[in-house]
Amino acid sequence: MIEPITDLTNTAKKPPIRVHLWNRRQKTMTATFAVLGLITVYQLATISSANIHFWPATIAFFKNAQLIFLQPGLSGTDSFGSLLSALATSAALATLTTLLGAIVSFFIALFAASNLANRKIGLLIKTVMAMIRAIPTILWVLIFSIVIGLGADAAVIGLSFHSIAYLTKAYAESFEDLNPEAIEALKATGANWWQIVFQAVLPSSLPMLLSWTFIRFEINFTNAIAVGAAAGAGGIGYQLFTASSFYFDFHEIGVIIYLCLAVTACLEFISVKLRKRYLK
Amino acid sequence: MTVQTFFHRRRSRFLFGFLFFSALYYGAATLVDYHLLNSFQAIPAAFAWLATNFMPTTRSMAFLPLILTKLGQTIILSITATVIAAILALALAIIGSSTTGLNRATKLLARVIASICRNIPLVAWAMILLLSFKQSDFTGFLALFFGSFGYLTRSFMELIESDATAIYEALSTTGASYLQVVLRGIIPSISASLLSWLLYMIENNIRDATLVGILTGTGIGFLFDLYYKSFRFDLAGMTTVTIIVAVVCLELLANQIRRLIR
Repeated sequence: MIEPITDLTNTAKKPPIRVHLWNRRQKTMTATFAVLGLITVYQLATISSANIHFWPATIAFFKNAQLIFLQPGLSGTDSFGSLLSALATSAALATLTTLLGAIVSFFIALFAASNLANRKIGLLIKTVMAMIRAIPTILWVLIFSIVIGLGADAAVIGLSFHSIAYLTKAYAESFEDLNPEAIEALKATGANWWQIVFQAVLPSSLPMLLSWTFIRFEINFTNAIAVGAAAGAGGIGYQLFTASSFYFDFHEIGVIIYLCLAVTACLEFISVKLRKRYLK
Repeated sequence: MTVQTFFHRRRSRFLFGFLFFSALYYGAATLVDYHLLNSFQAIPAAFAWLATNFMPTTRSMAFLPLILTKLGQTIILSITATVIAAILALALAIIGSSTTGLNRATKLLARVIASICRNIPLVAWAMILLLSFKQSDFTGFLALFFGSFGYLTRSFMELIESDATAIYEALSTTGASYLQVVLRGIIPSISASLLSWLLYMIENNIRDATLVGILTGTGIGFLFDLYYKSFRFDLAGMTTVTIIVAVVCLELLANQIRRLIR
């Protein structure tokens, strides 16, 4: 057995090695986690339940969930065909919003990207976009439905605002990731700005742009459902709202949720594939 | 491949894409009866309307304390929902990720739960929960919780798989137990990214809280809906302005924190 040779090397006592360096990074992280934790504990202790008893409500929730998820069926107001057409309406709203948003934000992003345009203009555009993003989508739709009236026009324009702000940021960041040498090479040949955009920027960033656009399409689909429910703008969200708030038809809610789930699961599958291929 | 065929192929691909998306557009536009010109003409009118009706007035200044209290409550509620969701999502992600998963069953279970929670739209969660938890803050809390739980579980699983695989292997070979690997290796190494995700989700949830509030009658969304439906547009405008200020400030703060922990 080998004896430890501590007495041979034992000199002055060394301070223990600190595994976690107490630097600014560590301090910021600890402080942020602590603040978030404190807020959570405070809120959980004082949450207003408005005379709802937690356990009976939870039991009721599971009973409802059982009706919704295990016994979906249509007996009342809407036929399966009408639900499918409402689902198509939601998908169409999402498609229109995404297409319009993609075209508009492509051109805005060209002026927001720091390697293609003036930095000051870029900063201004990014600030405006951050403010537009700060307004929840549903508020945009509600605001536009006063002016245009309820319907597809208000829904598409309202949803587009948020899409444009989101996609402009994503596109501008994709452009900024481009290899600067490609742009410089085209500049050296005497290509003008639009030629650079369409011959170098667009072809090489197209896969990333498509992935971002598809991610936004997923978000827009759920948003389209939301505006149907909260702003009456058409689509399956409206049926969901009437089925749960007016008719209390749990079986129909089940069918609607399964329909939405089928579509969003397909979209998620495609977008995971796209992201793995192009965004890493 | 010659230069000519390269450009020819590229051009025909662009043409095909253009035709495909145009067809998609016209199909969708006819289906929902959407008119591009009509709606674009409405944008200036909408902003003019906003400028005259949403302008804060003296009355809306008087309501400011009430609006700010509701906004504060909503922000705190969103933070709480996100933090609780993140804690549970982290636990589920650890037992379910392909690196640190306990066994096949937990891996599958984590993926299925995450996918279901994530893909049921937030609106649907809000409506289902409203039926049993009624018009209380708790409904809003739970709706936000379920919405972010699925999303965060997915993101955390991807995070562990991409960033912590090497650490897992290194610590496992030293003979560390599973708990030691997780608590001493994996969580410290991903905590910065974890915090970044948490901040992003909080920002997102404050925005979503408005939607949930409109549907379930809680928080700042309820206040906006109330003012909007009673045509008190100056108050609705004031509410919108406070939401913008809050979200932008939080985004700036989050960016600052991200910069410090990089």
